[in-house]
Amino acid sequence: MIQIINLHKSFGEQKVLKGVNLSISDKELIAIIGESGGGKSVLLRHLIGLLKPDKGKILVDDEDITRVNRRELDRLREKFGVVFQGGALFDSFTVFENIAFPLREKTGLPEDEIRTKVEESLEDVGLEGVEQKYPAELSGGMRKRVALARALITEPQIVLFDEPTTGLDPIKLHAIHRLIVDTHNKHGFTGVMVSHDIPEIYEVVDRIAFLYEGAIEVIGTPEQIVHSHDRIVRQFVTGSLSGPIQATHYTSGG
Amino acid sequence: MRGPKANYVVGERLVRELGSWGLSTLRSMGHMFLFLGHSFVFAFVPPFKFKQLLREIRFIGTKSMTVIFLMGSFTGMVLSLQIYHTLRKFGSEAMLGPAVALSLIRELGPVLCALTITGRAGSALTAEIGIMRISEQIDALIAMALNPHRYLIIPKIIAAIIVFPLLTAIFDVIGIYGGYLVGVKLLGVSPGTYFSQMEHFVGMEDIRVGFYKSLMFGILVLWVCCYKGFYTGYGAEGVSKSTTEAVVMSSVLILISDYILGSLFIA
Repeated sequence: MIQIINLHKSFGEQKVLKGVNLSISDKELIAIIGESGGGKSVLLRHLIGLLKPDKGKILVDDEDITRVNRRELDRLREKFGVVFQGGALFDSFTVFENIAFPLREKTGLPEDEIRTKVEESLEDVGLEGVEQKYPAELSGGMRKRVALARALITEPQIVLFDEPTTGLDPIKLHAIHRLIVDTHNKHGFTGVMVSHDIPEIYEVVDRIAFLYEGAIEVIGTPEQIVHSHDRIVRQFVTGSLSGPIQATHYTSGG
Repeated sequence: MRGPKANYVVGERLVRELGSWGLSTLRSMGHMFLFLGHSFVFAFVPPFKFKQLLREIRFIGTKSMTVIFLMGSFTGMVLSLQIYHTLRKFGSEAMLGPAVALSLIRELGPVLCALTITGRAGSALTAEIGIMRISEQIDALIAMALNPHRYLIIPKIIAAIIVFPLLTAIFDVIGIYGGYLVGVKLLGVSPGTYFSQMEHFVGMEDIRVGFYKSLMFGILVLWVCCYKGFYTGYGAEGVSKSTTEAVVMSSVLILISDYILGSLFIA
């Protein structure tokens, strides 16, 4: 279980998170939605200890990830798999080496067992025959699949997805969503996904948390979000320019 | 006319800005030293990344051979040409061999070799690490509970410690041979004189000075280049700025430390 308690984070004068509170149950798939630049990825980076909060706690199975020492943090990180926005695949490694990397570094598994696991995981994400290709030779959708395979190879308890469908066409977007649901059903991990894909995300996740002005404005099932009476949520999910969310930075920014 | 109060305000601002610059420079230096210290820890704590080390030796060393060969040979040839004409004015052409060898072994070899590797490999390493940073590859390593200093930084610094003295030695030998070609084959100095005088005047101490310098430059160059890449700014502009800063800073530090080391060894 993950509990985010009163999380605050500023970068210089800019306050990004202003008291985020959120509880995520085991094996739940939750999406965090909100404005671009509103702190969703910042929140996600706190969960894995890539950023330190100014104030607040993040409890992962009752251990505060913001207070532990480096060694304990690394131990807690082993519970996580992360799918970064651009995939973050290692350029100088082949697809096979990328997926095998966490196994080679973190487990003492023999090479033939690693090979079997990598092949299985590539099959899971619907990619076969690309083992010897380099990330630069893959399409955006294929890179996301490889990133997903790499995140899942160590069978983590928690998987973080940072906008896993950014830059994909609608068909590939649905394919990645389907893949996330299938792998979630198969592996039973707790999934936290930062996403902009409204309404597509409604069919993927169990709950949606709406981050607005540095705090969780509303949290609920997709149905509750769709039928929410909160004016801010309604404006966001319908994409309307008129409403309480200031649209000036969307229109003036070009 | 400015009153004493206005002068006081200007003076106070000057002192404040100077102090702020001094503090920020000290902070940056401290940060750089911590970065190096943190990396060196993984030179002694297993598991050691031999595969990465070999890859870096190949990149920094083997792939620099051609340019080192060219730089070394032409440096030796130019040195021989210039020194010969100066020595001839004093009737000391016989000293050509030692003059070329000492200039190369003590000064030009380590310095030019380090500057060449900075341009060829240092800049590329800064860009590589910088791109890894902005494309979240370094974050991916951290998220896997793997330390980027162990995987990315220390193999490069150890490779430089191994490669810089070797490339400098190759640079020196090729330079001496380039000097021989010009001095002996072109300008008519006797080959026996060229080498026997060299043997007489060049001692182990000179070779040691060159070796220590190249070792120092190796650590310095890779330290600066890795640091600048690791803490690069945002986007392509950030990487390009870091790469430029890494090359400029490394080059300046090579020359400054060359002077300091040269003074220490002479003293």
